[in-house]
Amino acid sequence: MKLKKGISLIDQHDQNGFWGNKFGGSFIPETLKKPIEDLTNEFKKLRKDKKFIKKRNFYFKNYIGTPTSFVKLNNLSNHLGGAQIWAKVVSEANGGAHKIYNATVHALICKAMGKKYIVGDTGAGYAGKMLSMAAKKFGLKCKIFMGAKDIKRQKPNCDAMKKNGAEIVPVYSGSQTLVDAVSECMRYWVSNCDNTHMCVGSTVGPNIFVKICGWSTAQISRELKVQLKSKFKKIPNKIKLINCVGGGSSAYGFWSEFIDYDKKQIELIGVEAGGPKKSKLHAAPLSRGAKLGILHGAAAYCCQNNEGQINETESISAGLDYPSVSPIHCFLKDTKRARYTYATDEDALNAYQLVTKLENINPSLEPSHAFAEAIKIAPKLSKDTIIIVNSCGDAKKDRDILRERLGKK
Amino acid sequence: MASLINQAFKKAKSENRPALLTYTVAGDNTKKKSLEILKSISNYADICELGFPHNTPIADGGQIQTSAYRAINNGIKINDVFSVAKDFKKSKKTKPIILMGYYNMIFQYNENKFIEKCKNVKVDGLIVVDLPYPENKKFSNKCKRKGINFIQLVSPTTSPNRLKKIIKDSHDMIYYISMLSTTGGKLKVVPKKILERYSKIKNQNKSKNVVIGFGITEKTIKSLKKADGLVVGSAICKEISNSIKKRQNPVTNVTNIVKRLKKKIT
Repeated sequence: MKLKKGISLIDQHDQNGFWGNKFGGSFIPETLKKPIEDLTNEFKKLRKDKKFIKKRNFYFKNYIGTPTSFVKLNNLSNHLGGAQIWAKVVSEANGGAHKIYNATVHALICKAMGKKYIVGDTGAGYAGKMLSMAAKKFGLKCKIFMGAKDIKRQKPNCDAMKKNGAEIVPVYSGSQTLVDAVSECMRYWVSNCDNTHMCVGSTVGPNIFVKICGWSTAQISRELKVQLKSKFKKIPNKIKLINCVGGGSSAYGFWSEFIDYDKKQIELIGVEAGGPKKSKLHAAPLSRGAKLGILHGAAAYCCQNNEGQINETESISAGLDYPSVSPIHCFLKDTKRARYTYATDEDALNAYQLVTKLENINPSLEPSHAFAEAIKIAPKLSKDTIIIVNSCGDAKKDRDILRERLGKK
Repeated sequence: MASLINQAFKKAKSENRPALLTYTVAGDNTKKKSLEILKSISNYADICELGFPHNTPIADGGQIQTSAYRAINNGIKINDVFSVAKDFKKSKKTKPIILMGYYNMIFQYNENKFIEKCKNVKVDGLIVVDLPYPENKKFSNKCKRKGINFIQLVSPTTSPNRLKKIIKDSHDMIYYISMLSTTGGKLKVVPKKILERYSKIKNQNKSKNVVIGFGITEKTIKSLKKADGLVVGSAICKEISNSIKKRQNPVTNVTNIVKRLKKKIT
């Protein structure tokens, strides 16, 4: 299994949609074959269409508000000693998280295909909130599928979705979290694919959804590359890009421009959700050695039992609380280009407290997992090492959980 | 020699009616009960589909989901599914049985081992919901070599060109999904339209047995009796749920439904 240079990772799959002959594909019911084929053809056309790219760039700039800032966290760096810690503050994007890139692109594709309805899944509620925003912006009717447990724990985002005129469909099956929301959303699409467009909220699902999402979030690393050159005059020699990984959309977006670099120069570190310290449940298929399995239309490492039943997961962070992961991250793992580890709920909470005490940023529980790893490794690294954390979401949505766990705010 | 599946369609044809296919989930609501149900309904059904339950069924509606979750919660394992099939075939040697489920279960069991096991317990056919054509070519050939029917699905969204290829690569039976829906949806297309599309499939190769499924209940079954076969699943699973709720014997209640369904198409 080998990565190719000079070709975007989202395009390094074979004709059946598999990365490294093994990950991804499109394991879908017959009814979805045609809509997925149509979407694949449309996307192929649009991404080469100069007018469409111009439109995308226009909305990225004027609606999402790119570029998001790239800042040094001086206090945190000094406190820890060792490596310099920087943050790419993607949570400055309109809506408060990276999910707006994928949502905006899907809304534009939906318009281009002449469909009036758009549906999507959500865990932390950011994918849902952003899709509801984009739907409102582009005049589309929007339905969001969300696990009943997540609706309870991410209320601020649910309020936002409703305010944007979207209908939230609560999902009561299974563990009542993201995995069930994705299933229910796919079922809805099976029944309504003639007039409805589906947006998968991360780089998961059938091949085409992995590609569209990765193509959208790649904006993050395009910006970062420019920002690195302007701050350091060239790409520095020792960089570590740390990102949380649930489905893996922000991590792919954060890394995509840097995958061709030697890993000695730019190390890619993905941090999964290890769950509560004392629990056996987690949402860390890559770092805790889950087997290859098929979930939601894609082959990827997946938390499951011997029989192939999907395991329940547990994480304080709804956005990372998913049993499987993007096939492109499986590919990056097996080619050893990226390294994956996990942080527990407690690690993430501690990291959140330290970062917000010392710095003027407010990372949500998802990127707090990435900060936990940065805090862990920074003291052991040299001063000329540049750690960059993708602070990809804002903690406003975590208000209730933080109050309960930390007794404040 | 013709497969048991082919023979079942032939027999129904000779009686001037469509074949009746039932779907139940192995282990719903217990392993023992599901075998009893299967044996009892097979007195009226021509072909029995037996689901191996998965906890993330992306193409199933509420009724079948409920059955699948119930079976899994009651501890059903894939080897139990095989043993239900095996026991069934011991007493009903000529009644065809088709296993139906999602690909991850087969993948974890190992494709070759799964097919071998199917052969050993005398399973006649396989439906894998999320392994579409052409990705299923290799798997379906393996099935064919072991004398197991791999059943291709086609839907209203299947393009004419694709349809041609699928029919060409199909075995004895083709499953036409009546409408854009998960299982158990309300029939939202008029029967005339469904039969029109059905004829387009059937006319491409008259030797293939084409069945219609999704949305078929006691109310709708009669209107589609022109087809080679009709599949009823959710209506049966729903009856199992109702029986449990009312503390009645699901075996009797489900058998009665299947009896009535049969009567409507005879």
